[in-house]
Amino acid sequence: VRLAYFPGCSLEGTALEYDLSIRAVAPLLGLELVEIEDWNCCGATAAHSLDHKLSLALPARILALAERDGFEAVLAPCAACSHRLIIARHELAENARLRGEICDIIGLPYEGRVAVRNILQVVEELGEDLRAKIQRMFTGLKIASYYGCLLVRPPEVVQFDRSEDPQTMDRIIRRLGGTPVDWAHKTECCGGGFSMSRTDMVLKMTHEVLRNAAAEGAEAIAVACPMCQSNLDMRQAAVNRAFGASIELPVLYITQWIGLALGCTPRNLGLEHHFVKTGAVVDKAFREPPKPAAPSAKPANTTSHGATA
Amino acid sequence: MARIGVFVCHCGENISRTVDCSAVAGALSKHRGVVHSIDYKYMCSDPGQKMVRDAIERQALTGVVVAACSPRMHEPTFRRATREAGLNAFLCEMANIREHCSWVHENRGEATEKAIDLVRVIVEKVKHNRPLTPVRIPVTRRALVIGGGIAGIQAALDIANGGYEVVLVEKQPSIGGHMAQLSETFPTLDCSQCILTPRMVEVAQHPKITLYTYAEVDEVNGFIGNFKVTIRRKASSVNNAICTGCGACITACPAKKAPDEFNRSLSHRTAIYVPFPQAVPNKPVVDQDYCLKYTSARKKGVPAAAMKVCGKCVDACPIAPRKAVDFTLCDDTFVTEEVGAIIAATGYDLMPLDRFAEYGYGKYRDVIDGLAFERIASASGPTQGEIRRPSDGKVPQTVVFIQCAGSRDKSMGVPYCSKICCMYTAKHAMLYRHKVHDGKAYVFYMDVRTAGKNYDEFWRRAVEEDEAVYLRGRVSRVYKEGDTLVVKGADTLSGEAVEIRADLVVLATAVTAQPGIESLAQKLGVGYDGHKFLSEAHPKLRPVETNTAGVLLAGACQAPKDIPDAVAQASGAASKAQNLFANAELEREPVIARVNATTCAGCWYCLEMCPYGAIERREIKDRQGRTVRFVANVNEGVCQGCGLCAATCRSHSVDLDGFRGDQVYAEIMSL
Repeated sequence: VRLAYFPGCSLEGTALEYDLSIRAVAPLLGLELVEIEDWNCCGATAAHSLDHKLSLALPARILALAERDGFEAVLAPCAACSHRLIIARHELAENARLRGEICDIIGLPYEGRVAVRNILQVVEELGEDLRAKIQRMFTGLKIASYYGCLLVRPPEVVQFDRSEDPQTMDRIIRRLGGTPVDWAHKTECCGGGFSMSRTDMVLKMTHEVLRNAAAEGAEAIAVACPMCQSNLDMRQAAVNRAFGASIELPVLYITQWIGLALGCTPRNLGLEHHFVKTGAVVDKAFREPPKPAAPSAKPANTTSHGATA
Repeated sequence: MARIGVFVCHCGENISRTVDCSAVAGALSKHRGVVHSIDYKYMCSDPGQKMVRDAIERQALTGVVVAACSPRMHEPTFRRATREAGLNAFLCEMANIREHCSWVHENRGEATEKAIDLVRVIVEKVKHNRPLTPVRIPVTRRALVIGGGIAGIQAALDIANGGYEVVLVEKQPSIGGHMAQLSETFPTLDCSQCILTPRMVEVAQHPKITLYTYAEVDEVNGFIGNFKVTIRRKASSVNNAICTGCGACITACPAKKAPDEFNRSLSHRTAIYVPFPQAVPNKPVVDQDYCLKYTSARKKGVPAAAMKVCGKCVDACPIAPRKAVDFTLCDDTFVTEEVGAIIAATGYDLMPLDRFAEYGYGKYRDVIDGLAFERIASASGPTQGEIRRPSDGKVPQTVVFIQCAGSRDKSMGVPYCSKICCMYTAKHAMLYRHKVHDGKAYVFYMDVRTAGKNYDEFWRRAVEEDEAVYLRGRVSRVYKEGDTLVVKGADTLSGEAVEIRADLVVLATAVTAQPGIESLAQKLGVGYDGHKFLSEAHPKLRPVETNTAGVLLAGACQAPKDIPDAVAQASGAASKAQNLFANAELEREPVIARVNATTCAGCWYCLEMCPYGAIERREIKDRQGRTVRFVANVNEGVCQGCGLCAATCRSHSVDLDGFRGDQVYAEIMSL
């Protein structure tokens, strides 16, 4: 599968390990990623509250470049990036006049032929192929999939999974041998871009998410969004201080979890970049099951027992 | 030679304000063939009608044109006057110079010109009119009622007590409908079963009522007064003629895992079952999806009777020598009934819980809908009337009721108000507080809409005496934490975000149309709205009739309704049916298509086009009695005079009485 790759700014900075892990697992999964030449900022968080046309022109240029180079789909791992690309694609598909104006602004033709995919969709489509490529299955580690707000909303535009209780990442976790946690805060807001300006608020929201995951028995968290990851991981110590909690939940990108199961080394996957230490949970992921009959193939039922225990 | 009379009406000032009526009468008096032309202030009044009658007699008129309002209201008036004066009623026509002219124009000169044209057109038509005779069709004085809920029961009993036969068809194994599931009914809190079950028994015992339960309408043919209905009786594997309803088979049945629909799946039932102890008829049916014999027979591809497995119900049946439980009764059977009127009383459904993403997609067992709460509160329900929640049987200490779950929500496709929820939620809060005295009941609402006799007093009682806490706002999320449900919402009166930890959440889910109602509507030839509620003929003045003559509506199939409204409409529909049955024959306007057999080529375009199935094939034979060819023929009783066949016919062999080609051409050519 050949995909145009749009890393966006996060994957070159705070989410470096997301980029590392994607590049590590892509060839193992048979994905050919070609970075879009001369890509630009997607405009996320700021542009759409300042200037509507700018907020469309920025992502439209990225799509137009991919279209020019003959790609059928763009992989945008960052949830904010994929969100902006999808919104632009949607609005320009609905409004031919606006599309003409935007084409003039970016100086490139754009017809809307390129699809936008997030990493979960790409992995989901591999289906059972993923299982065949696994080197080491997890042994039932309880992982809470955290989707955040942008991957699934607004549902009528992004058209991805169930907006209030998505399942795609949970299915991937199950294929890797993990036990997906059935929890309530999968799509609660983490505070997102207010991390810097309203840290107090973000701590409160992040605490809610972490607390619920821990209460439902999660041993770790899986994410597919750099903003979610940084809030849950970087702010975890501050959350514990502010709320007198003692939560310790490593927050790994879904591609890092996949990489571990495909046999990549923690260093290849950038695991040392995390604030919450990941060493113990990696060992735990492959620990021997406590009982010989311990479930790994059918984890669905054990989840609810674990949650109520 | 034509001798036409023209009568121009002022309609008080409605017409004369914009149209110079005497100028119209004057202009028409010079028109070829017009021998009499006058104008008058109220032509429909007694003196006005007398003018028409007198003119016909004195001037020996051959045609009458009344230039006045729309023919909808007063065409029958003037045609009656015409007939009384000895002229065929269909030689009288109306020119609409009110709705089509005076009401929609301002310029008097131009409006008068237009009015003259409109009248001229009709004069030309009337010159070509021929006398017609109304069609008389016989009436079968029997009614079919579809649906055995409270509306269907009421309609059936009313008609049967009026002395006419009724066929009542119910798809479930018992009549009773949703009302049988209710615990108590607002605003009096009398027990639903206590007021309903006697009526159910009355239906079963009424000599004029033929009851088909576990049956559905398969096919409807015919027309008002003369319907032929095929009813599919689903295989129940029980011989009702000999079954005594002892219940031994039910006790013996080992397949106990079927979800109990009557209890909103809060409990399980056996594969052979009666839906509830007070069922009418009290005869069990076998659910083929859960019966061990049927499921294993299906796997093997053999008939159930040939299977050796189980059969405990047959063994348990005390009736001998022939058992009442009989697995050879495994195929649906069909009966045909002839009726003169049909009442659709098919009821409603509730929006399924899995539509509510923010309330857990139906995955939380303690998030239930209103009907499930009725079962929990009902003395005949799975908890014998004790308020216990489904997941663990705990008595809930905090219950949150969410109104407008789906209703008045465009994003859910339901912009309408479901009408009954405000009242039943108040009732639920009351019933809960009556049974769990220290419990807390919260109700989230958008507006409280309790219009109705003693209704508003009722919900005030829930607030003032039973201390239900009403919070004005929506609930954004319900999620589970441990074994409690966290309800997050807004109280828009205080402006605060609210978080309530509840043990049970009850959603007042939207009242929706019955699934699959479209197919029944098509069989009946009845329209339905965008939400699949069946359409009445007129929202105000003909609320129980449909646009298909002889098909009537009762209850929630037409719109969300509570019990009093459903019963009132059912009685209305029943009386409409009895109106029809009061006459042995039915008179219909003779606007009917005619086929010219000499030019008909038998292409059958008209047959395919006719929405009423009125066109049939007629043999043409030669003198030796050999069939020469087939031509189209119109069944007068079925034809509704829509004219589609006439418009479709490629050889111009079909014409419509009253709107023949030469009449319409004459109208057009006069312009």
